[in-house]
Amino acid sequence: MSVAIEVQGLNKQFVLRHTRSMKEAVVWLLKGRKGDISKKFHALHDVNLEVRQGETVALLGLNGSGKSTLLKHISGVMLPDTGTVRTRGKVAGLIEVGAGFHHDLSGRDNVYLNGAILGMTESQINEQFDSIVEFAEIGEFIDTEVRFYSSGMYLRLAFSVAVHTDPEVFLVDEILAVGDEPFQRKCLDKIKELSEAGKTLVVVSHDLELVSRICDRGVVLQHGNVVFDGPIRDAIARLRAESSH
Amino acid sequence: MTSTSTSGNSVPLTRPGFGGGLADVVRQRFLLKLLVRKELQVRYRGSVLGLLWSYVKPGVQFLVFYVALGVFLGLEKSSRNPEGLANYAVYLFSGIVLINFFTEALSNAARSIVGNGGLIKKIYLPRELFPVASVWVSAVHFVPQMVVLIAACLMSGWHPSALQLLAAAAGFVIVAMLAVGLGLLFGSANVYFRDSENIVDMLLMVATWASPVMYAWTMVRDKIGEGWYTVYQLNPITIGIEAFHYSFWLPTTDGTAPIPPHLLSLWIPVGLAVSFAVLVLGQWTFRRLEGRFAQEL
Repeated sequence: MSVAIEVQGLNKQFVLRHTRSMKEAVVWLLKGRKGDISKKFHALHDVNLEVRQGETVALLGLNGSGKSTLLKHISGVMLPDTGTVRTRGKVAGLIEVGAGFHHDLSGRDNVYLNGAILGMTESQINEQFDSIVEFAEIGEFIDTEVRFYSSGMYLRLAFSVAVHTDPEVFLVDEILAVGDEPFQRKCLDKIKELSEAGKTLVVVSHDLELVSRICDRGVVLQHGNVVFDGPIRDAIARLRAESSH
Repeated sequence: MTSTSTSGNSVPLTRPGFGGGLADVVRQRFLLKLLVRKELQVRYRGSVLGLLWSYVKPGVQFLVFYVALGVFLGLEKSSRNPEGLANYAVYLFSGIVLINFFTEALSNAARSIVGNGGLIKKIYLPRELFPVASVWVSAVHFVPQMVVLIAACLMSGWHPSALQLLAAAAGFVIVAMLAVGLGLLFGSANVYFRDSENIVDMLLMVATWASPVMYAWTMVRDKIGEGWYTVYQLNPITIGIEAFHYSFWLPTTDGTAPIPPHLLSLWIPVGLAVSFAVLVLGQWTFRRLEGRFAQEL
């Protein structure tokens, strides 16, 4: 299988306590750049990763280890300071489902808006529309404004749009907290179905039990460094050992 | 920005996050259309008058300016004031609609990136879409005002030539390009420094008075002389407004009012060039700054 995601020498620094006011920045410049206007924080440090098509990879690590940052580089939301990230085919994220939803629009309008945001064409959305609504179990409420939806309905619809975008690479960030127990199971089945269909999956989750059911490979990050890359069982064992320190 | 793949797969490896800028906006017309429609749907949601506000607000603005400037300050031509501008109401309104379009477009475009921060932080899409959508929405609101303007023109005996209509189209293009260019510039700067919004508000206040919306261009030339007048003319908004006067106001008068020299042969091309340069600068700045939008928002 060919490479789906290729990350080479990726470095990313964040600037903390960044001022939002021009005045402070000017004062700082006039003072001859004395003192720290900002603090740098190494979010990712020389990360190398190669994911082949059809692989299911979990990014594991404690909070602040850089998992989500790495995912954002793969989706293109963030750009590396140095190093390169390359992907093949369409990449779509189930990253914080519902980011593109607008409360004042009807479910139908939101399906179209979100589908387009996630890279679907008009005809693709038309084609998939019924399937999206059916999967979300929204039924007659599709023409109601989304702000009248229960949080479960809202998440179900958002998840449903996302899984219907049909990308080659799926990025999944903590979506498995979607809806109630039966719907979670349905989501999980859908994700498994996608991976069986040969889609590449990259998953970020703290639910190790769940991750081990979906993914074959685990990558453990610690303070922005890749400290382990191998079978999911060993990766989880490694992470558990780290957290018990 | 695509790199060739090392393996034999037909789809090449690409670098995510490196888009084609404004060209991507053209490619994503469908999404642009939906964003514009969303904005239009949401804007007047829950208001009784709805889209009527697009008529009411400029209508009141026009009335206030007309009474204060045309009547009280004596810019309108009348038997007691033969030096004034004939059909001052049409003169004023044809400038106001264009400056309103610019004001609304730029002020929304400059806020569009921060306003859509939630989305930009999470999903990659060509971010130029947001300023362009803001300008587009303003263009939609510009339509009813144009309808009112044309109705007023027709009532005053408007008989434009094809050339004059073309000049109006050029004037609109000049102002729209400028709004997109400055929108990209200030919209991206706003992510780093929220002062950008205030600079835009200030600029917009100046813009209304730095072009001949309320007064005649001849007054400017007579006061500041030819040299400074040339500087004044370099402002694309000035050229846009003058083009609008030329096509909407002039044909309702006896046509003896002087139009700025070389308006068609020199200034309209200059306006198009300046606006295009601002657009290129805006896009360039935007591309340089957008790489860090997600972490700065």
